[in-house]
Amino acid sequence: MSLLPNTSVLLGKELRTEFRSRELLTTTIIFILIVIVLFSFTFDPTSDESRHFGSGLLWLAFLFAASLMLQPCFLREQHNDTLSALRLSVSDPFAIFLAKLVANTLFLLITELLLLPIFSAMYNVPVLPVLHWLALVFFLGSLGISIVGTALSAISAQARMRELLLPLLMLPLLTPILVASTEVTKSLLERAPYVPWKGVGIVAVFDLVFLTVLWLFGEYLLEE
Amino acid sequence: MQKRALGAAVVVVLMVAAAYAGFFIAPDEKTMHVLQRIFYFHAATAWAGETAFAVCFLANLLYVWKRKEKWDWLGVSAAEVGLACITVVLITGPIWAKPAWGIYWTWDARLTSTLVLWLLYISYLVLRTMVEEPDRRALLSALFGIFAFIDVPIVFGAIRWWRTQHPAPVIMGGPGAGLEPTMKKVFFFSVLALHALMAFLVAERYRLEKLRAEVDVIRREAEAV
Repeated sequence: MSLLPNTSVLLGKELRTEFRSRELLTTTIIFILIVIVLFSFTFDPTSDESRHFGSGLLWLAFLFAASLMLQPCFLREQHNDTLSALRLSVSDPFAIFLAKLVANTLFLLITELLLLPIFSAMYNVPVLPVLHWLALVFFLGSLGISIVGTALSAISAQARMRELLLPLLMLPLLTPILVASTEVTKSLLERAPYVPWKGVGIVAVFDLVFLTVLWLFGEYLLEE
Repeated sequence: MQKRALGAAVVVVLMVAAAYAGFFIAPDEKTMHVLQRIFYFHAATAWAGETAFAVCFLANLLYVWKRKEKWDWLGVSAAEVGLACITVVLITGPIWAKPAWGIYWTWDARLTSTLVLWLLYISYLVLRTMVEEPDRRALLSALFGIFAFIDVPIVFGAIRWWRTQHPAPVIMGGPGAGLEPTMKKVFFFSVLALHALMAFLVAERYRLEKLRAEVDVIRREAEAV
């Protein structure tokens, strides 16, 4: 039952590493910002159009940003062979995944919530009245992205062309997250917002299923 | 050798018989007429492809559990044959859709999820080309295969919730759905024939993969000397 203490120590390490340099956060925020600005050229961002396309745009930006952000997740551990040290230090390798995926969820969530006001201002979509619901969808969606992304970055770190491979493996697997989160966000941005619980349910089921799969098969991903 | 020739002969006979049944024995459909006959090939191939992916999933699980390279060979063979089947489905679908719906493609639930399924297994095969060491390749691709197969029902659920236009399930559908008895017999015969073809191709591909692994070992030994 050392999973939780181990995870929290490892999570502390992940957060310290990131907040010392803030490299991931800065680049991800700038990347999403660029995508948001570039997308505004592809359609006329009036309020009604934005309500229609904005949610899809946001989630595509989040997915692409995540596929960049998750690259160094396991790669970083390879440079000084710290992965072997990590593996030796915990009894359950699931703790390594859990710490990394919680950290990644947190990083994604921070970037998403920081960019939301900018998106809202640039695309003329009010988000304040539904902020708590948006936060819920962002959390569940980012959790799903992080679970699958963390697992796959352990795979891609062991392959050639890893920078190209990770998005290739990750994006089709994350289709359910993209579809359901986009639809839920869209309903929340409507003039008469509502929460489509079925969509929230799909994202939650995705999270739960893949967390279980990771728990069952995670240790094999880290085999020497 | 004889066994393989016999297998090929059985598959050819079954396929010819299924084609004959689809064109000449199955009754004419009321609204779509001859166009509907592609269904015996299209839907049966889809079923065969899905079976192949299920075989791939089982092989992936068995590899992770047993670590015998034969399960890796079976996994990649089934994935490639399944991918071939789904490619055929994605080609025959639009051939039917253009005259029936007036368009080649629509982002309907089944079409979209089939396309995502196809992309997932393309990724599986790409991953295999990116890892050199055989054991590592086998393990990593088996794990990705497990992820991909588990993703499929969720993809289907999510996209179905999102939109739907494909003809409602005729077989194992709700009340009011169902095939005319002769059509049903012809269809299930096609399913049998295409499963035989799929199994034959998987067996042949498995043989090839085994030979490739043997050649690999010999090459390594030669290099060591």
